[in-house]
Amino acid sequence: MIDKNQQIIDKNLDQEYKYGFTTDVEQIKFEPGLNEEVIAKLSNIKNEPKWLLDWRLKAYENWQKMKEPKWANINYEPIDYQALSYYAAPKKKSKKSLDEVDPEILETYNKLGISLDEQKKLEGVAVDAVFDSVSVATTFKDELSKHGVIFCSFSEAVQEHPDLIKKYLGSVIPYTDNYFAALNSAVFSDGSFVYIPKNVKCPLELSTYFRINASNTGQFERTLIIADEGSEVSYLEGCTAPMRDENQLHAACVELIAHEDATIKYSTIQNWYSGNENGEGGIYNFVTKRGKCAGDRSKISWTQVETGSAITWKYPSVIMQGDDSVGEFYSVAITKNKQQADTGTKMIHMGKNTKSTIISKGISAGEGQNTYRGGVKILKNADNARNFSQCDSILIGDKCGAHTFPYIDVKNQTAQMEHEATTSNIGEDQLFYCNQRGINLDDAVSMIVNGFCKEVFEELPMEFAVEAKQLIEVTLENSVG
Amino acid sequence: MIDIKNLKVSVEEKEILKGINLEIPEGEVHAIMGRNGSGKSTLANTLAGNEKFEVTDGLIHMNGLDITEMSAENRSLNGIFVCFQYPVAIPGVSMAYFLRAAINAHLENQGKEEMDALEFLNQSKEILKKLNLDDSFLKRSINDGFSGGEKKKSEIFQLLSLNPKFAILDETDSGLDIDALKIVADGVKEFNGKKNSTLIITHYERLLEYINPDVVHIMIDGKIVKSGDMKLARQVEEKGYSWLAK
Repeated sequence: MIDKNQQIIDKNLDQEYKYGFTTDVEQIKFEPGLNEEVIAKLSNIKNEPKWLLDWRLKAYENWQKMKEPKWANINYEPIDYQALSYYAAPKKKSKKSLDEVDPEILETYNKLGISLDEQKKLEGVAVDAVFDSVSVATTFKDELSKHGVIFCSFSEAVQEHPDLIKKYLGSVIPYTDNYFAALNSAVFSDGSFVYIPKNVKCPLELSTYFRINASNTGQFERTLIIADEGSEVSYLEGCTAPMRDENQLHAACVELIAHEDATIKYSTIQNWYSGNENGEGGIYNFVTKRGKCAGDRSKISWTQVETGSAITWKYPSVIMQGDDSVGEFYSVAITKNKQQADTGTKMIHMGKNTKSTIISKGISAGEGQNTYRGGVKILKNADNARNFSQCDSILIGDKCGAHTFPYIDVKNQTAQMEHEATTSNIGEDQLFYCNQRGINLDDAVSMIVNGFCKEVFEELPMEFAVEAKQLIEVTLENSVG
Repeated sequence: MIDIKNLKVSVEEKEILKGINLEIPEGEVHAIMGRNGSGKSTLANTLAGNEKFEVTDGLIHMNGLDITEMSAENRSLNGIFVCFQYPVAIPGVSMAYFLRAAINAHLENQGKEEMDALEFLNQSKEILKKLNLDDSFLKRSINDGFSGGEKKKSEIFQLLSLNPKFAILDETDSGLDIDALKIVADGVKEFNGKKNSTLIITHYERLLEYINPDVVHIMIDGKIVKSGDMKLARQVEEKGYSWLAK
């Protein structure tokens, strides 16, 4: 049985990545290399105010003094930061209306199942489409603006809403935070910006779809979401990239700020190209995501389904500053072939009666390595803070690995902590039970894994939950025999 | 229907079944009684095609087709069903989702159209009612947090839903109170009324009193040592197994 499993797992390694095509579009692209001039040029193209250029340069100066972190449970060849291009954008400038967007790009998004045509809108979802270094289209802006909601590309926000940017940029993730955040701060090219005014429940799901197309480029986007007092927003993020032999760097920053009584729900389906069966190619995904529950009774919830990337290094975190604020992290991470994921969260309790929940589900197949790394910090003044953590792993086959590193730091004696962790092989008896009822192995595996991930999928908005289920079916096809 | 010839089976190199001969014609109910460890569950698992159980000799035929080497999935599609003694839990997978997938796999194999959700729901509700189970049973994760009785009823529910040609009940009566036992017995009788064949594996003759099998076999140490009718089952209940050994 084991041998047969292995053969079929090996067969699985030929699975195709259906988003691996490239788009042939005329582009402006910087020569490889990074220095102050490159940053100035980037800032100049974007017509940025001086304070922002200065901020970038300070970040760059800081980055140069920092060292790439080595503590994560991942292995990769050193990245040559001077060999990357830091800006790539489609040549046609096309932000005014969809009619002006390059048809090649519209077609790209259609192929990815993302319609930028408002007539054929995704039910109740407004989309910001980021293609390489720039946002190419944002839908439903007018409709949203009726409610006072600002949803636009980051570059546009810098022009139109400089005060908000100046106030909040780096307020949750300072450029001194970590190596990749510092790099991002220096060279970020675009991203999405959201502002939800007081007491507004955002009428549409907001969504950004990130697409890396150009070769030899890094993608450094920056997302900033501000939910003002009593407001509510649900935001979705999707990502894909072409199949290329070389590794590509993606180092994003996402900052969330929830004021008093505000709720932000942030969902990600990450399906960057993961590399081939020999571990060649694929995206290096080094992402810093952090939310601040600034006001009392605010809530930030991260849900992620991570199936792509050669390397995932990502810890969406919540700082619970306000009293009675809530932080949540729901994660499914799947690694197969030679994929490596080191992902988890940090929950920092500062306010009184703050409450956090962590549910992490890791699935490893092939030679995939899956690490959960989670920190829970309860500070001195966080009376009656509560945390519940549950980290479960499933192994499919005998060449993969699952690792769990929980860090707990409690400085207040009234804290209540609960931690549960399990690791199991996908049960042969479960598979046999399904087979005995006439259900084939592929269906049985996806059924069992979907069941395993149920608590997380339930947190996803409806259309994403369906996509996530299908993604798991495709990803794990032929992974057991 | 089922014809087993000189079946020898090992688990982890240890021989458990030591030459079983058993023929169950269409429409008949046979029972196998035996002590713990006599090889009864090994027989059930082997017939189901569990690969942990290695057939070292002998043949299994079903309606003339040699199924000795057939996969568990194909055996199921050919009409073999096992009510497991200890059915495994699959957390997060609802009974409705699971059972409908199973039914549709069978229909697809027969070249038929999928059963739509409404038809499935109506059929399920009817069967659940007979088993004195609530409709909410369909929403629960399979065997996850089920009581012993619920697990057994769940197996009978699946049996009646899939309506196979040949059912093996592995200790389906153990751990049931008298009401549940009657319900299970009625389920089995209903199943058997449809010209299907059944093999009941049990310790006790209790269930057999309700079902009245055509043939009763006694298994000791991996072999069938004696076959007879209900009288034999009652004798065993009264005197135990020792007088049958040797």
